[in-house]
Amino acid sequence: MRQVLRKLAEDRASMLGLALILIVLLAAILAPFLSTHPGDVAEFHTEIRLSPPNADNWLGTDRMGSDIYSRLLFGARITLTIAVVAILVAVLIGVPIGLIAGYYEGLGSDILMRGSDVFLAVPQIVLAIAIAQTLGPSIENVILALSATYWPFWARLVYAETRSCKNETFVEAAIALGCSPWRVMVLHILPFISSSIIVRTTIGMGGTILTAATLGFLGLGPPPPTPEWGRTIAESREFLPMAWWYAAFPGLAIFIVVMGFNLLGDGLRDVLDPRLRRASSGK
Amino acid sequence: MKILVLVVNRVIWFVPTLLGLLAIVFFISHVIPADPAAFAAGENASAATIAEMRARLGLDQPLHIQFLRYVQSILVGDMGRSIYTGRPVVEDLLSRLPATLELTLVTVVVATLIGVPLGVISALRRNSWADHGLRLVTIAGLAIASFWFAILLQLFFSMRLGITPLTGRVEGWGPEPITGFYILDSLIKWDMETLLDALHHMILPVATLALPAAATIVRFTRAGVLNALESNYVLYETAMGYPRRQIVWKYVLRNALIGTVTQIGLIFGILLAGAVVVEAVFDWPGLGMFAVNSILNSDYNAVMGFTLIAGTMFIVVNLLVDILQGIIDPRETR
Repeated sequence: MRQVLRKLAEDRASMLGLALILIVLLAAILAPFLSTHPGDVAEFHTEIRLSPPNADNWLGTDRMGSDIYSRLLFGARITLTIAVVAILVAVLIGVPIGLIAGYYEGLGSDILMRGSDVFLAVPQIVLAIAIAQTLGPSIENVILALSATYWPFWARLVYAETRSCKNETFVEAAIALGCSPWRVMVLHILPFISSSIIVRTTIGMGGTILTAATLGFLGLGPPPPTPEWGRTIAESREFLPMAWWYAAFPGLAIFIVVMGFNLLGDGLRDVLDPRLRRASSGK
Repeated sequence: MKILVLVVNRVIWFVPTLLGLLAIVFFISHVIPADPAAFAAGENASAATIAEMRARLGLDQPLHIQFLRYVQSILVGDMGRSIYTGRPVVEDLLSRLPATLELTLVTVVVATLIGVPLGVISALRRNSWADHGLRLVTIAGLAIASFWFAILLQLFFSMRLGITPLTGRVEGWGPEPITGFYILDSLIKWDMETLLDALHHMILPVATLALPAAATIVRFTRAGVLNALESNYVLYETAMGYPRRQIVWKYVLRNALIGTVTQIGLIFGILLAGAVVVEAVFDWPGLGMFAVNSILNSDYNAVMGFTLIAGTMFIVVNLLVDILQGIIDPRETR
């Protein structure tokens, strides 16, 4: 474990990714203290609407005259909440399904895996759109739509990993010692395959944030006046090219957080997954 | 003969996958909503219309009967009517299919032409500055929200510089449709003006879509080439004194590219998903724009129709890729 962390710390790209994530995380937690106009999530100042970045409104104002910088900070809370909860639910559904289907063989396993294959056979955003449209725009429904479409990634991964380590000596030893199937799965197999789950989850965060922002852009995210980043970009379109700051900064915020997770995920994979390490960074 | 077995095998899996897709869409449209009839009838429907819709859709029947009837109606091409256009959803979707396919296919070609050479360079010069630079660029390319990138391109190239069209497929109404693919149509009629105009309109949407697609191709090509370089047959050939250039061009690339072909299915999915928002930003009259307009109009049947057709296209492409891979990779059919 310590060795893994040391290797990770040596990789400049991963550290950059970690730094980007921490910046956004701090922005979300400290939003009320860091923001210059904390009330602007819901307050309007129409007399200064669409002002370019200046000393008072660092990143300019939007169509209601609200401070874009302050709204971005509060938007980070929404983005991270959606992504963390959605991924958590997806992991909690996908990992047990993958473990059970991988450990037992038979018709039940086949049905579980074929089921998740069907979900993987459709682009995630398409399914998420259909679900979010049916449920109506709100944070909870975005989370539901995302976890319902993303869980098969973990089911597939855990299934494949469980199958491949099922015949390893340590699993056979545990079974021979009389461990119950649950004990073998949770205490022996799960720790063994946890590194792949961690890598998949880190990379999945980036993808989920992008999908959530896309739902927001399409008007399927949390309703106004929520300062959701995707929705803010959609609002800005009628004021282009004049109010460039209105579109530019929320997109930059999305880019920073997704880039952070992608960089960290990439680095983690190099360090944790020896099979891929060979192909991606030499010996 | 082995190829035939492979094809039959894959096609057999195609049917349950498609049924699974139908089951998911059925579940979303018939089971999740408290009153599916109200959804199907639209936002402003009267109580009488909703009641009529309930009877017509058979929503008073048990669920498994409903599902059978649903599959039946989809099989004969009935996805209901669009509340907004008033036409059958199938007609609306089919009339917009060529625009999306043209955009997607051009993007796949562009992304492959850029991605494969860059991936090969990245692998052959592993750990050079070019390799590290490309790693950063590809990770960044996959981290940009495509709707944001599209808007930035519009802002800079169309609004500031004025060198690319802001929206649309062509100026005015476009050529009389033969295939619906404007590039093909203008070539058939040898109408160079329309062809250039159509290509001009494609630059920004294709650039937007090609960025994440090319980034994916670079990463997979790089991994594929590195794997091939470290394989035993390359070790053997090197030991036998084959010139490196010959090993790379004759053996490594051919084997590495087999892996890249399989990625086209994945990339097609990225593109279909990307098309939803990119078409909306560029007013590209394809499936994606239709889906977005349907969302804005709460046109429920249309959104579900889009989900079905996008899912089906994705499944079909993956089926074709599987078969293609079997044909070019002899190990699959041995």
